[in-house]
Amino acid sequence: MNLLLNIFSMVPIQYYIFISAVLFCIGVLGVLFRRNAIIIFMSVELMLNSVNLLLVAFSTYHNDASGQVFVFFVMAVAAAEVAVGLAILVTIFRNVHSVDIDELKNLKH
Amino acid sequence: MTLLLLIILLPLIGFLINAFVGKKLPKIVSGIIGSGTILVSFVLSAIFFIGFINGTQQKIDVNVYDWIVLPDFTITFGLLLDQLSVTWLMVVTGIGFLIHIYSISYMHDDEKFHVFFSYLNLFIFFMLLLVLGNNFLVTFIGWEGVGLCSYLLIGFWFKNQDYNNAAKKAFIMNRVGDLGFLLGMFLLLYNFHSLHFGTLQTILASATVSHGLIIAITLLLFVGAMGKSAQLPLYTWLPDAMAGPTPVSALIHAATMVTAGIYMIARANFIYVLAPETMQFIAFIGVATALFAATIGLMQNDIKKVLAYSTVSQLGLMFMALGVGAFTSGVFHVVTHAFFKACLFLGSGSVIHALHGEQDIRNMGGLKKYMPITFWTFLISSLAISGVFPFSGFFSKDEILAAAFEHNKVLWAVASLASLMTAFYMFRLVFLTFTGEFRGTEEQKHHLHESPALITFPLVVLALLAAVGGAFGLPEFLGFHHGLKEFLSPVFVANPNAGEEHGLSHSTEIALMAGAFIGALLSIGYAYSKYVSGKALPIKDGAQTGLGKIIYHKYYVDEIYNLLFVKSTLWLSEIFHTVVDNTVVDGAVNWSGKFSLLVGGQVRKLQSGSIGFYLLAMVISIVVMFFYVFIIR
Repeated sequence: MNLLLNIFSMVPIQYYIFISAVLFCIGVLGVLFRRNAIIIFMSVELMLNSVNLLLVAFSTYHNDASGQVFVFFVMAVAAAEVAVGLAILVTIFRNVHSVDIDELKNLKH
Repeated sequence: MTLLLLIILLPLIGFLINAFVGKKLPKIVSGIIGSGTILVSFVLSAIFFIGFINGTQQKIDVNVYDWIVLPDFTITFGLLLDQLSVTWLMVVTGIGFLIHIYSISYMHDDEKFHVFFSYLNLFIFFMLLLVLGNNFLVTFIGWEGVGLCSYLLIGFWFKNQDYNNAAKKAFIMNRVGDLGFLLGMFLLLYNFHSLHFGTLQTILASATVSHGLIIAITLLLFVGAMGKSAQLPLYTWLPDAMAGPTPVSALIHAATMVTAGIYMIARANFIYVLAPETMQFIAFIGVATALFAATIGLMQNDIKKVLAYSTVSQLGLMFMALGVGAFTSGVFHVVTHAFFKACLFLGSGSVIHALHGEQDIRNMGGLKKYMPITFWTFLISSLAISGVFPFSGFFSKDEILAAAFEHNKVLWAVASLASLMTAFYMFRLVFLTFTGEFRGTEEQKHHLHESPALITFPLVVLALLAAVGGAFGLPEFLGFHHGLKEFLSPVFVANPNAGEEHGLSHSTEIALMAGAFIGALLSIGYAYSKYVSGKALPIKDGAQTGLGKIIYHKYYVDEIYNLLFVKSTLWLSEIFHTVVDNTVVDGAVNWSGKFSLLVGGQVRKLQSGSIGFYLLAMVISIVVMFFYVFIIR
């Protein structure tokens, strides 16, 4: 356990922040520019996981477990969200035979 | 206290029964409930009255419950029974009872018989509350309540629009006066933190209070009395109030309700004696009203209108008595006036009943031989109101005139002139109605009859009272015992501003009495020579000229009020309607609606339905917020 901690600590915190930011931006751009609803979902998950990574990193550096506990909560919520979201997607697909979000303008009256 | 509450509550119970189940009851039962409750109230009042006379009954001042409790002051719902209220109690319940049984016969054919009785009972209830309240606010409840009943009863035959208008007129004019009453009460409450009569009397007796404040309070309260008791300039509702059924005119608009103003001032005498200026003002308003209404009475042809103006005139005399500090004389005249005026109104009702609704004295005449009881009672009451010895009006009126003579000769002269006119127009009425030939249609003549016993009984009782009522207050200077004065003496505080009652020498008093008596006889004689020997008839509508025309049209006061107040109010409301309401208020409402539509129409374009656009907008917004939170701030 201590060894593992040491390995984590060997990497400077800036690197974690940087990679999290990159992952987050990829997620945002994916949400903004992709049309496929499933890919947008994946991008959202990417954003969530980038945040998780950051939380774990900080938690390690501060020797405080609460950050990791928080990550579990995020995961649980994300799982729930995915379940609901995918269910909605399935319903949408049944109606319009597509998962392209541009096809979903029918909600506008 | 239980008995006292019972006196008040019995009429209320009668009202509730007649109002809620009266429809299902036979008319006679309705009538018996209505009259019976009043009779019991009367008997209980009489017990108290006799107790006061014997000295076994003490003044009762009880608080039934705390009504308004505030840190600054507490207003209780309390009752006060003393010599003054018991006098009114006797008049209200006694005459009220007679008029109730009169109404059983008079209103017999009316389909809303039970409603009529419920209103009458409600009126008695409020009137008793008025006279028994131990503070201004309880009195004010009664005050407003009798106003309401007056409105309901004037407009009792509400299918006639004129009657409705008369009812509204009475109600609205009374509101003007009530505003004065309310403001007066506010001033009292604000300055003395109490409305209780006894407390106020103690406070005013000990504390030094600014004179201006007292004058303001007394004047404002008097404005209330002006409205309720039909004094100049708020009198025009009373003649119109004759639109109501005749028993109502007798009970409310002659004997009881209109004397509420006099009761209130007599009750508040401890304030009024501190304000001689207000007293002076009251005296002048009273005497002006007395003369003004008497002159109008000279030219009226409607039997009830003549009596109405005579009521206004007599009320003016009573106010003059209060104004010159002769409170007892004012109250005395209230009592005798209640007797003879109620009798006169009921007599006129009997005549109208016999003639099937005819009220114009030009179409009457010669009724003496058809309706002897009505004639004789009417005659006795007319003699009483004219001030002929030994009828009751002679004593009460003479007392007032003597008090006025002592105070101010001008008041006396004007008041005497008004009394002479009273004698003249009352006998003009008597002669035109009861003597000579019948001038109505053959149809009416065929149906002429004396009224049934339920109508004639109250007439006889009231005529007897009108004849001997003077015995309550025989002149002291002749060595008699003035019962009422002694009876009421605990109620009235000594008035420092009025002269001694015995300021006049005996010879002056006797001369005044004799003068008034002879004057009245001369007036009656003149009326006799004109209408019986001369067989003169009032001229037709529209044929009058000059002063006669002005008086016949009641000095055009109604028209002037109509122009000044009604028209201007309508004009103002028209302006408010077209300018303020239509443009400003409606404009603001419509504009805000249009504005929302406009903004909504623009904003809805953002809701394109494109999810990509929503997401972009969300991201940009979040970035902007981060910029604001972390960089700019």
